[in-house]
Amino acid sequence: MKSSAPLFFAFIVGVIVLLSEFIPHSPFNQIVSTLEGWFMIISGFAILLGQISLIRMNTHKIVHKLDNWQYHLAGLISFGLMLVLGLLWGMQETPGIMGDAAGIQAWLGQKPFDYLFENAYLPLSATLFSLLAFFIASAAYRAFIIRGLESNLLMITAIIVIIGRTSIGTMLTGWLPENLQFWHFPNLADFIMEFPNTAAQRAILISAGLGIVGSSLRIILGIERSYLGGDK
Amino acid sequence: MKLSAIVERRIIYLVLLVAVALPLLFPIGWKTEVSGYTQMAYDLIENTPEGKVVIISFDYDPSTMTELQPMGEAMIEHAFKKGQKIIATALWPMGVQMAEQAFDKVLRDYPDKKRGVDYVNLGYKVGGMVTIQAMGRGLKEVYPKDTRNTPYEEIPLLENTKRLKDVAWVSSLSSGVPGLKEWMMVARDSYDVPVTGGCTAVSAPGFFPYVNEQKQLTGLLGGLKAASEYESLIGRKGTATTKMDAQSVAHLLILVFIALGNIKVFVAKRRKNND
Repeated sequence: MKSSAPLFFAFIVGVIVLLSEFIPHSPFNQIVSTLEGWFMIISGFAILLGQISLIRMNTHKIVHKLDNWQYHLAGLISFGLMLVLGLLWGMQETPGIMGDAAGIQAWLGQKPFDYLFENAYLPLSATLFSLLAFFIASAAYRAFIIRGLESNLLMITAIIVIIGRTSIGTMLTGWLPENLQFWHFPNLADFIMEFPNTAAQRAILISAGLGIVGSSLRIILGIERSYLGGDK
Repeated sequence: MKLSAIVERRIIYLVLLVAVALPLLFPIGWKTEVSGYTQMAYDLIENTPEGKVVIISFDYDPSTMTELQPMGEAMIEHAFKKGQKIIATALWPMGVQMAEQAFDKVLRDYPDKKRGVDYVNLGYKVGGMVTIQAMGRGLKEVYPKDTRNTPYEEIPLLENTKRLKDVAWVSSLSSGVPGLKEWMMVARDSYDVPVTGGCTAVSAPGFFPYVNEQKQLTGLLGGLKAASEYESLIGRKGTATTKMDAQSVAHLLILVFIALGNIKVFVAKRRKNND
């Protein structure tokens, strides 16, 4: 019963949603509309579940002083701080339990949650992503080496796209006459992105699409059961 | 002189830091050419009549704001210029703040634009594609209030906008899932609403197949370059234009690093053969 009930519901719901795409009339559209509402409510609970999981996982690492437990403590404190500040005084125009924090706003210029978001979370998050540039530069130096035909082709394509996607490409070949405009770096880069890239991407997309159809059918028919928490 | 890998890496990081910082401090002002993809997105907004309601969905968080925020600001400004009314939504939780920041910045140049009349921020809704499907059946059911707790029926902008079909176009600024693809699959494919948008440069190749004859996507802004192109099209001197100089220098430097890396390997191989 424990595993057969979810399989039964998955089958019924899957078939109804599938049929509604082909028969967009009553009662299917009403049922699907209700199911959409349920999905959004369940997704909301998933966020709560994620937060509980985050607290449990971090607390476990801190209590047992596992590797780098200090970072987990910092993460947990940050999470708690933002949660408390948001609950107490709200964010932007939305008031919190204790109102709008007019006194603090006069001092900080913003609500505490918004202040931390803009001055801590935002720059930290952007910085972390920006670090990728340094890794890419280092990786390009070490790994982008010509070794054979394939790596040669990859190198030439990469160089054309890199130059074509910057202002330098425009300057380098901007002087070319009209009949040679195909060889203008930005045009070459566009050609690569529009034809070879799109062809390969479409092949990947079609394969992925077929894969999704296959796995969806497996879930609806109860063949794929890993979502139940088992290993099958 | 043989340098260790760590020292080499540190030199690369330092040179890159200087190369990126200098153009940001002293902008060069290099020009970029407008690509067809950017032009298509621009034309969609440009040719939409005044007074139409549109959706800009902020489906990203601060990590990708360097590339996507200038697109959001430029699209808001363009829509305001053309007298269109904007509904801001978010499929990512942080998108709400991203939208607010973008509006705050653009509103400095458009102080006459009023919240609730010319634009509204409906906020974040969980659920991704299902949320968009639900919007197709009715916007009010998904967003009963805006981010300032104003009930849907009291927002003048939304008076005649009941469902997704009632908007002129949708633009999703997307850095992952859910995002542009979900908007395209529902808004464009199911409800025939033109969809355009922007994404990070790294994910742009995956979206190009959708800019096709069926216009699944009406143009696409891919990365900072496209953002600067869009800024130049609407005559805005925004952050993307400034940052584009730094990106161009960084790309040039990466090419130099690739060349140096190959020379190093070539020399090492030759030395080994001679030995």
